[in-house]
Amino acid sequence: MARLEKLFSHLENIKEQYFLKNRIAEENRQRENEAAVKIQRRFRGCQVRAYLRHLHKNATLIQKIWRGFTARELFRQRVNTAYFIMKMNFYNKMAVKIQQRWRGYYVRKYVHNYYARKRYLEGVAKKNDLIRRDLEEFAELQKRERERIALEKEEQEKNIQAQRLHFLLSTKQCPGVFNSPFRAEPDEMELRLRRVKPRSAPKERKTPKMTPDLSNLMPNRERLPPIHKKPQGPFRPALEVQQQRLRPLEPSLRVATSITALEEAREELKRQEWRTRVIDQTFLPFSNASQNKRYESLIHTITPFEQVAYGTKHFREEPKECCQGKKPFKTVFTTCHVFDKFGRLYSNAGNIV
Amino acid sequence: MTMSQRQVLQVFETYQKARTQFVQMVAELATRPQNIETLQNAGVMSLLRPLLLDAVPTIQQTAALALGRLANYNDDLAEAVVKGDILPQLVYSLAEQNRFYKKAAAFVLRAVAKHSPELAQAVVDCGALDALVISLEEFDPGVKEAAAWALGNIARHNGKLSQAVVDAGVVPLLVLCIQEPEIALKRVAASALSDIAKHSPELAQTVVDTGAIAHLAQVILNPDAKLKRQVFSALSQIAKHTVDVAEMVVEAEIFPAALACLKDPDEYVRKNVTTLIREITKHTPELSQIIVNVGGVAAVVDYLGDSKGNVRLPGIMMLGYVAAHSENLAMAVIVSKGVPQLAICLEEEQEDHIKAATAWAFGQIGRHTPEHARAVAVVNVFPKLLNLYLDTKSSEDLQVKAKKALKSILQKCTYLPALEPLLYEAPSNILKHVICQFSKVLPHDSKARRLFVTSGGLKKVQEIKAEPGSAIQEYINAINSCYPEEIVRYYSPGYSEALLERIENYQPI
Repeated sequence: MARLEKLFSHLENIKEQYFLKNRIAEENRQRENEAAVKIQRRFRGCQVRAYLRHLHKNATLIQKIWRGFTARELFRQRVNTAYFIMKMNFYNKMAVKIQQRWRGYYVRKYVHNYYARKRYLEGVAKKNDLIRRDLEEFAELQKRERERIALEKEEQEKNIQAQRLHFLLSTKQCPGVFNSPFRAEPDEMELRLRRVKPRSAPKERKTPKMTPDLSNLMPNRERLPPIHKKPQGPFRPALEVQQQRLRPLEPSLRVATSITALEEAREELKRQEWRTRVIDQTFLPFSNASQNKRYESLIHTITPFEQVAYGTKHFREEPKECCQGKKPFKTVFTTCHVFDKFGRLYSNAGNIV
Repeated sequence: MTMSQRQVLQVFETYQKARTQFVQMVAELATRPQNIETLQNAGVMSLLRPLLLDAVPTIQQTAALALGRLANYNDDLAEAVVKGDILPQLVYSLAEQNRFYKKAAAFVLRAVAKHSPELAQAVVDCGALDALVISLEEFDPGVKEAAAWALGNIARHNGKLSQAVVDAGVVPLLVLCIQEPEIALKRVAASALSDIAKHSPELAQTVVDTGAIAHLAQVILNPDAKLKRQVFSALSQIAKHTVDVAEMVVEAEIFPAALACLKDPDEYVRKNVTTLIREITKHTPELSQIIVNVGGVAAVVDYLGDSKGNVRLPGIMMLGYVAAHSENLAMAVIVSKGVPQLAICLEEEQEDHIKAATAWAFGQIGRHTPEHARAVAVVNVFPKLLNLYLDTKSSEDLQVKAKKALKSILQKCTYLPALEPLLYEAPSNILKHVICQFSKVLPHDSKARRLFVTSGGLKKVQEIKAEPGSAIQEYINAINSCYPEEIVRYYSPGYSEALLERIENYQPI
């Protein structure tokens, strides 16, 4: 209650204060309004700017990221091209090196081979020397041959001369012209005269070539003419006669075999046995293989020889007695256990992942 | 036989004896050249002509023989034989009579045909070819020889006559004749083939088609010298026309047997072998290669050393042809010591055409590379070539060839000691090349530069007057630029006067 009293005392004050404050407020309304507007203006501006800044920041971010992205792509492309160009340059340089070496090799071997040319020229020089030597030898031989022939001819002529002058040979009583007593030794001509036989009387000269010989019409004087004009009887041709005369012996089999043929054949057989037989025991095959053989007839023969119903009357297989007793095929070998472990090794090493 | 009959026959016998004696004496006199004029003036032709138709065969033959000898001597008498209408009679009897007459008749035909193409044509016009072909088929080798010789003489003159001979079917018969054993027949057949084949490639091909080459090649080893002459001449006439035929000749494996014939004592055999080798090598490098590989170059070089005079010409030309094809072959010629031998030939021979051939051969050898030019320069051949070029007495051909050879060798020569003597004597068109070579070599070789100065070459170069801007001036500038200024000025003409002037104008302080 006290507080209420206090409050009522203050009531006038409060009213005054209220009207005062309202008046002051009224007076300050314009200013405060403007101030408020100012503040609001400022604040809104800041707000909008903050918003714009935010937008700008995001846009910048987006653009930044985008530009980075495209630039990185470009960059990657440029890196690729640069790498490619570097690679191509490298390859080109290497190719140039290869081509250099190849061209050098090719030219040096096939177009202008210095060593081959040198060898060829050396070969030519050697061949020339050989040929020169051979030709000189040949010329020498020829010369010697000719000289020899000339010498022989001279010898011959001198002999002929000596033959014609044989009367100049010296006798015991009278020394000849070439055997002067004042010489130590008789002259070479004298020796020749002694060696050579005197010439017989000169033969008749033949008629000169210009006149033809008419004697070919007359028969030759040395041979006598034949007695009979024609031969005597029908003679066998000479070839046949020759063949008959020279025919070889054709013995019969009885004549051709020798008397000891039988013994010789025995000997031959013995020798053969001695050579070829290595083991004395005859080879017997496995005992049971041929003993229990039952004859299995052919299917072909045990079927009746008549038209078969299969194929015309029906197409289904029918069980046949003739093939009933036959055993199935037997394998020849037993299985071997080599490939049991194939694919199932102890470890997984080496398996394809 | 009564007395009067015997007397009548006696008259005839006397006449026959007189005729025989006359004809035999005329034939004998006709062997000596000095009697022939007298015989001609005495009118022997008209007297011999009726004797050709005489009843006695001996007189006919002797008359024919005498006529042949007379016609052989000179062409006037041969013309007289033709004009006297004797040829048809001879041709007729060529087919009819016995072998002695045939020989004599063929002898007359050959003697008439050998002088000139017109006479040979006259022989052909009387139908002698068929009769001669029939004679070629005879058994007697003497008749064959006479017929083959007559055909060879006809075919020798020109291509048309050759073609006429070939058209008569002579070539296979001649090839058969070569295979006969008689040497004289082989000789004449080879010479006839040579005369036929020499005119044109078609004729050579015709000869080759009958397989002549193989038979000729077999005959090469025969020791008779005259036969070898003819065989090699035939082969070279065949081989000279085309490459194919030359290849066929080489394929007949005549080398190296042919090289052995290069040492034959007979000069003309050697010459013909060399001619054959020349004809083969001139076609292609491959054929030259074959010859070089078989040692032919060395053999030919030796041949050049052994022989003298005109016969050297085919050898020189062969070396030139071989060297002309490629530088390998030229080097092969140099290796076979061809260059000194050629220099000796140039020295010794006096004839212009041989010297021209030698100059040409040098040019072919030296023109390929500096190595080749050096090999040629070393034998001191440049001064001689220059003298041949400048000599007024040498023929046109020689001058042209010497100039060309010099030019082509000089363009490749880098051997300076051989170039220096040329500086002093050469005319300007040769000097140009010499200076060009100097200007190429001097910039790179210091020893050569020194030698050039000390031997007086630089002095000579300065004395050369050349128009500015011409090629020589450029070369001279190039040479001068190899040396320092002072040296060039020292050697330039008129330098001593310039120095003296400077001394005069100098004022001592």
